[in-house]
Amino acid sequence: MNLLTAEHVEKRYSNHLALDDVSISVPEKSIYGLLGPNGAGKTTLIRIINQITGPDKGEVTFAGRKMVADDIYHIGYLPEERGLYKKMKVGEQALYLAQLKGLSKTDAIKRLKYWFEKFEIQSWWDKKVEELSKGMAQKVQFIVTVIHEPRLLIFDEPFSGFDPINANLLKEEILKLKEKGSTIIFSTHNMGSVEELCDHITLINKSKNILNGPINEVRQKYGSNVFELAFRGDVIKLKESLDSNYTLISNSEEAGLKKALIKVNNFSSDNRLLQMLLPAVEVTGFNQVIPSMNDIFIQVVQDYNRVNGLSSN
Amino acid sequence: MNKILLIIEREFMSRVKKKSFIVMTLLTPILFAALMIGPSLLANMESTELTTIAVVDNSKQFEGKIAETNYIKLKFLSNESTESLKKNFEESGYYAFLYINKNAMTSPDSIILYSNKQPSIDVVSHISTSIEKEIETQKLKAYKIENIDEIMKTIKTKIDVRTIKLSKGGEEKESNTFVTMAVAYVLSFMVYMMIFLFGTQVMRGVIEEKTSRIVEVIISSAKPFQLMMGKIVGIAAVSLVQILAWVVLTFAIVNTVSSIMTTKNIDKIKTEQQSVSNLMQQQGGVQTPATMQNKEVKNEFMTALGNQNFGLLIGGFIFYFLGGFLLYAALFAAVGSAVDSETDTQQMVMPITLPLILSIIIMISGIKSPDGPLAFWFSMIPFTSPIIMLTRLPFGVPTWQLIVSGSLLIITFIVVTWMAAKIYRTGILLYGKKYSWAEMWKWVRYKS
Repeated sequence: MNLLTAEHVEKRYSNHLALDDVSISVPEKSIYGLLGPNGAGKTTLIRIINQITGPDKGEVTFAGRKMVADDIYHIGYLPEERGLYKKMKVGEQALYLAQLKGLSKTDAIKRLKYWFEKFEIQSWWDKKVEELSKGMAQKVQFIVTVIHEPRLLIFDEPFSGFDPINANLLKEEILKLKEKGSTIIFSTHNMGSVEELCDHITLINKSKNILNGPINEVRQKYGSNVFELAFRGDVIKLKESLDSNYTLISNSEEAGLKKALIKVNNFSSDNRLLQMLLPAVEVTGFNQVIPSMNDIFIQVVQDYNRVNGLSSN
Repeated sequence: MNKILLIIEREFMSRVKKKSFIVMTLLTPILFAALMIGPSLLANMESTELTTIAVVDNSKQFEGKIAETNYIKLKFLSNESTESLKKNFEESGYYAFLYINKNAMTSPDSIILYSNKQPSIDVVSHISTSIEKEIETQKLKAYKIENIDEIMKTIKTKIDVRTIKLSKGGEEKESNTFVTMAVAYVLSFMVYMMIFLFGTQVMRGVIEEKTSRIVEVIISSAKPFQLMMGKIVGIAAVSLVQILAWVVLTFAIVNTVSSIMTTKNIDKIKTEQQSVSNLMQQQGGVQTPATMQNKEVKNEFMTALGNQNFGLLIGGFIFYFLGGFLLYAALFAAVGSAVDSETDTQQMVMPITLPLILSIIIMISGIKSPDGPLAFWFSMIPFTSPIIMLTRLPFGVPTWQLIVSGSLLIITFIVVTWMAAKIYRTGILLYGKKYSWAEMWKWVRYKS
């Protein structure tokens, strides 16, 4: 079941179209990656989901019905451009923001204590925000985003400003939240974390949705027709065994382990290639090279822009 | 609704707890009290120093005719030339010397007071009135009217116009134009000052939220309108608390200080009265003792002040202050939302402050004719009415005018706040550019 869907959403600002017929459907209890180059329209879509602005056309549904104003209580949003009141104390501020999310004061205090202990930041309670470093403030911000245990969490570049240790801590927390049943929309440029965390992705480019689907399917689909072979034997023999449908791109030898990359020119079954290779060399490893999300991102965006005669900026 | 209360609470508490707020709240009444008590204190300390003035009277008309006071003594010199006096002035020890020309009777501008410093206004006015009077008397005498002294005595009158306001039932109330004007001044200036002070606080608050980037976090849980109104109302509450604290503390300080002063002064006044009565006996007793006169004036002051309709004034002040503040604060918030930093605000604040400054200019002339067309019309126009209506209020304003002006203010406040909210919700999410009023007008016309 989808927790959130956006159907044919369009949003126009005075001089440009920010979103053009964008549809997404976010399955419940999944992590949904919202990807795209800078200025593609991700933030606009997120703002529409948060009801900060409304769409010009299209509809957003939440838990199976049209989204209403009170749904905001079920959403936690960590914007990319985030900040806190500098002159306010950390505890007071967290309490204020938690109460704005609809928690009662006692409830908010109880939950804040739990999170502050978990992140080992109890000593910050009476500090002013301006005394904290950027990473420290980010932690506080993460806490106030998840404090009301919303059904839907939206993280816009959550790892920026974190050191690797804290980024890892955060990653674990995000996965735990998913286990507990939260649905997470995750907007980032960090493709490594997308591969690690996301179940589904949507790629938005130039206001349009250009790629959609479960991450494994996407990667399979863009799985280049290149195979990596680990073998023992002679490279020349290997080369001779291939017919015109296959090309040896490269080969290497490292610590006695020989590897070769073979490209399939026209579609054929993987077994056919293996059958051809088996008599020539001893195969110790054989797998399809799955492209990284990074490669897919760059390839898809550049292809789209080239086809549509757009510049990549 | 709960959210807007939360926002109001935060805006209020975060400001009230600030050191600068506490210091301002405590120090300003001291300043006010000093301004209120200071003049009378200074008057008490009035030059007790003996000043001796040398007089060179070439007309030979004024010897013994210029009255001496406790502090001003005259010494008529007959044989000194002005040249030598001028030369030896430093050593002579005189405060000043007065030169009266031969034909002083016919050309009065031939009277000169020389001094090495600026003579005090008391001295100058004492001398000029004395000489004036003497010349007038001399001129009258030149007509050779019989019993001129008698006539002069009977003619001499001093009147003091008492103004009594009649209320509807014909009930009399003593009023005092001066007191009414003073009240009008204080009320209008207070409103002007507070709108400026706290209006810019609203603007600064909006800019702070924008530059610290907390605004996006908050408006994902509260509506921009709630955030804007919460801020405005919270700051309005801060300002009311501050005004209240100022009024209460100022009165407290003034009362304690003046009660201390009066007990201390009793002895002094007693001795003064003694010397005055002595003087009276010597001079034949024409002067009213200064202290008694002061006392009368003060009583008159207090009754006139007490006869002001305090309920109406306080109610009017709170209504027009809040109305004016809400109106201007919404505009200040709109400006704050359209810029990235405080330095960018100057040009955009101009159109807002213009009507405020205009109000103060009109107030100064309006106070002289509070029912004139100028004051009337500007007390109806919502952008100036908060100040001008308060200028008119102590003089008495017909009820229908209050109703019209008040309703206009409320309607305008609603319309302006609605427009400001539209500007605000667009502006707070836009960064990196300073927007003009023309662009902001476009935001108003966006459909939401």
